[in-house]
Amino acid sequence: MSNKQTLVVIGNGMVGQNFLVSLMASDIKDNYDVITFCEESIPAYDRVHLSEYFAGKSAAELSLVEEGFFEKNGITIHLGDKATVIDRANKTVTSEKGKVIAYDKLVLATGSNAFVPPIPGNDRENCIAYRTIDDLDDMKEAAKTSKVGAVVGGGLLGLEAAKALQDLDLVTHVVQFGPRLMSAQLDDGGAGLLKQKIEELGVSVLIDKNTIKIVDGDVCKHKMVFSDGTELETDLILYSAGIRPRDDLATLSGLKIANRGGVIIDDHCLTSDENIYAIGECASWNDQTFGLVAPGYAMARTVVNQLAGGDAFFTGADMSTKLKLNGVDVASIGDPHASAPGSLVYTYQNGVEGIYKRLVVSKNNKVLLGAVLVGDASGYPILSQYFLNAIDLPSNPDSLILPARSDASVGLGPDALPASAQICSCFDVTKGAICSSIEGGCTTLGGLKADTKAGTGCGGCVPLLKSVLDCELEKAGFEVNTDICEHFAFTRQDLYNLVMVEEIKTFHELLTKHGSGSGCEICKQTVGNILASYWNEYVLKEDHLGLQDTNDTFLANMQKDGTYSVVPRMTGGEVTPEGLIAIGQIAKKYGLYTKVTGGQRVDMFGARVDQLPLIWQELIDAGFESGHAYGKSLRTVKSCVGSTWCRFGVDDSVALAVELENRYKGLRSPHKIKFAVSGCTRECAEAQSKDIGIIAVEGGWNLYVCGNGGMKPRHGDLFATNLDKETLIKYIDRVLTFYVQTADRMQRTSVWMENMEGGLDYLKSVVIDDKLAICEKLEEQMQRVVDTYQCEWKTTIADESKVKRFRHFVNSDKHDENIIFVEERGQVRPANIEERELLKAEIA
Amino acid sequence: MSKWIDVCSVDDLQKNSGICALVEGEQVAIFYMADNSIYAINNYDPFGKVHVLSRGMIGDIKGEPMVSSPLYKQHFNLKTGVCFEDETVSVASYGIRIEGDRVEVNLNGVAK
Repeated sequence: MSNKQTLVVIGNGMVGQNFLVSLMASDIKDNYDVITFCEESIPAYDRVHLSEYFAGKSAAELSLVEEGFFEKNGITIHLGDKATVIDRANKTVTSEKGKVIAYDKLVLATGSNAFVPPIPGNDRENCIAYRTIDDLDDMKEAAKTSKVGAVVGGGLLGLEAAKALQDLDLVTHVVQFGPRLMSAQLDDGGAGLLKQKIEELGVSVLIDKNTIKIVDGDVCKHKMVFSDGTELETDLILYSAGIRPRDDLATLSGLKIANRGGVIIDDHCLTSDENIYAIGECASWNDQTFGLVAPGYAMARTVVNQLAGGDAFFTGADMSTKLKLNGVDVASIGDPHASAPGSLVYTYQNGVEGIYKRLVVSKNNKVLLGAVLVGDASGYPILSQYFLNAIDLPSNPDSLILPARSDASVGLGPDALPASAQICSCFDVTKGAICSSIEGGCTTLGGLKADTKAGTGCGGCVPLLKSVLDCELEKAGFEVNTDICEHFAFTRQDLYNLVMVEEIKTFHELLTKHGSGSGCEICKQTVGNILASYWNEYVLKEDHLGLQDTNDTFLANMQKDGTYSVVPRMTGGEVTPEGLIAIGQIAKKYGLYTKVTGGQRVDMFGARVDQLPLIWQELIDAGFESGHAYGKSLRTVKSCVGSTWCRFGVDDSVALAVELENRYKGLRSPHKIKFAVSGCTRECAEAQSKDIGIIAVEGGWNLYVCGNGGMKPRHGDLFATNLDKETLIKYIDRVLTFYVQTADRMQRTSVWMENMEGGLDYLKSVVIDDKLAICEKLEEQMQRVVDTYQCEWKTTIADESKVKRFRHFVNSDKHDENIIFVEERGQVRPANIEERELLKAEIA
Repeated sequence: MSKWIDVCSVDDLQKNSGICALVEGEQVAIFYMADNSIYAINNYDPFGKVHVLSRGMIGDIKGEPMVSSPLYKQHFNLKTGVCFEDETVSVASYGIRIEGDRVEVNLNGVAK
């Protein structure tokens, strides 16, 4: 005879099913014969994402039950049958269909009902509670004869329901009793922005509306009459005004019920009967009920632990939530209302991009108590870690909600989190559990998800999960790997040497001989760059085209709106009046925004891809050539006006700048290169902040190398003094070629120098003393590049097959209609997203 | 319903690179890989919020074909449209085939 006990679970909703899954994953799964009742005709499904049923998801896709789950685990499920009586004295459950089952332990997971406000007329035809898949089918049916729909309730589920109505093509209204949407989770500011965003999506939102009755409509089926005298006509009404615990069965059975509803449970989730547990929305703990799944899952785990003889407690639940409502990011953490005495509030509001963020912190500014994020919830994972683990806030907590500026990093590194930190709140996975999975050999995000379930619920924790993974792998010494990418187990310098020694001329050849796979943007660009540095072939040649980043592919710089900027070369910053006029006329003709750059030339913004060849044809006709602003290559040689005009000038800095720019233009290099030449030590050209800087002195030219501005400015090092022009050019040839051969990808000369063993002295010994006996080779290589220079734009517009690529659509002459400009300070600029939508709507 | 729409000639494709076609109002980015396989996904970059994916660089990540956004360099799987860096973000992927010397797109189809 079996000595198994019988465990009956009443209800197979999300929490009931989660309980079964947890039980079957535990050591005590063989201790029980498990029987469950499910009143609906299908087993548990994802009620949280119910509205996706209308966006095309099937009931099967919403299912939370793995195929064969009940059979495999020997669980008996009574579908479409409802438990109606619990006889606690005799420990039996009787169902609607007349089954009588004796139990040893009973778990109530009866969930909740949608609350239907007690309004006269609330049971009229096509007035439906929004709760189950059956409700959805009723809704679908009702929608067929409806034009207008209204949702009563502006909470989380109500807004989901509004999305469902929109998906059914109804004119949609949300009627909220209170003063704001999602009143539990949001403050006035956040709710206000959410309302605005929902309205932008075409849903009308009525606030502060108390429905007093529903009667026959004049135009529509119903008329909702509000206490303020206003009315709303609608054909279909959905109730989503909150939930009420389903405690009727428990009440009948004489279990203790909380004043505000719900079966009373203790910290072990035990009801007033020692053999009956209650979990999920039907349960009341500390006089609270929980309308989210995460607390329900926590209760389910507690009961499994109790049955196994453990001593786990349910300790309440984090009600934080993050979701996408009709495409709008919304998140709420802890107490967003600042109800704790003395709590302080930070807010950030960005009306342009539609973002609202609010932080509630403790009186001493140290602990995060709550947060609201609307429009951009990307900060949620970090903020919820601060909240859940009570981690000390940075001294300026507002940095957590202000937009990231430059390199001021305020992120919370995964290393700062304790092992107990909960990373995934859907499945209660701690950092400790993730780390032990990694220690157990799991090294990928996918593997971690399969192993720990973290990140497989709402997905909000995935970025954090990834950074924990990376951090742990790094600590475990997994990868201190200098391979440029997964396709080549070589450094950039190795690849350069391979190209040079084996005279390799294409990416395909290099990949076949020394790589694997088909490449990626890292190795393709790197190899494309090396081939261009060494062989200096046309970058859009068939073999090389796919190796170029979009900027190089279209020989222009892509801007944030997908248009390009165009920069013709002005050697040494010198330009004739005719040249300026031509640029002005071209910019005017094509409606371009013009700006003078830091490199002493003119940048023209806002060119569509199809306009680029036309613009360049005109620029070339006016005598200009490519400025290579798009390439990892020599950009500009800046100069002061020099001895020709300046009272203090020592030498002709402009003439030298023009000569140097013409010599090195087109040189492809690991990163961009900038030069400057100053005509005296007053240094007006700021040469000491450039990769190559030259200053005129009485005895000749002083050469500075490896300076740069940018994020981490570095002054150039004085490399040699009092040089004549010939020696100066020799040294520059050698330094640059040596840099091109030995630097890492995307490494400026400054970092290259700092990482070089021996530093400046070593570089001097190579370039000046020829310690490696390579100077002749270095010069030869540079001379070859100089001799093979071509203006890439000239080559391109002469070749019809190349010009063909410069159009937005291969099969249409239309332009990308999303490129829209507005005017500012007398010129165009890209419309921001709001303006774009507005202008598009006007055009339509 | 599956409907194949003629888009362009095979000669219009750019080996190892992408092009963009207008198909029933949708911007479709078409990529022609080194091994002659061909993929179609929507041209909209959900991070940069502009239509530019066809101008990204292509290749593979662990054997899966991908395009890297030309703006902020996120990678999208060319078979599924799912972003490698953030699996909650994806773009639509479409059916595409070569019939004779013509390229055809099926907006309701799925990639091979």
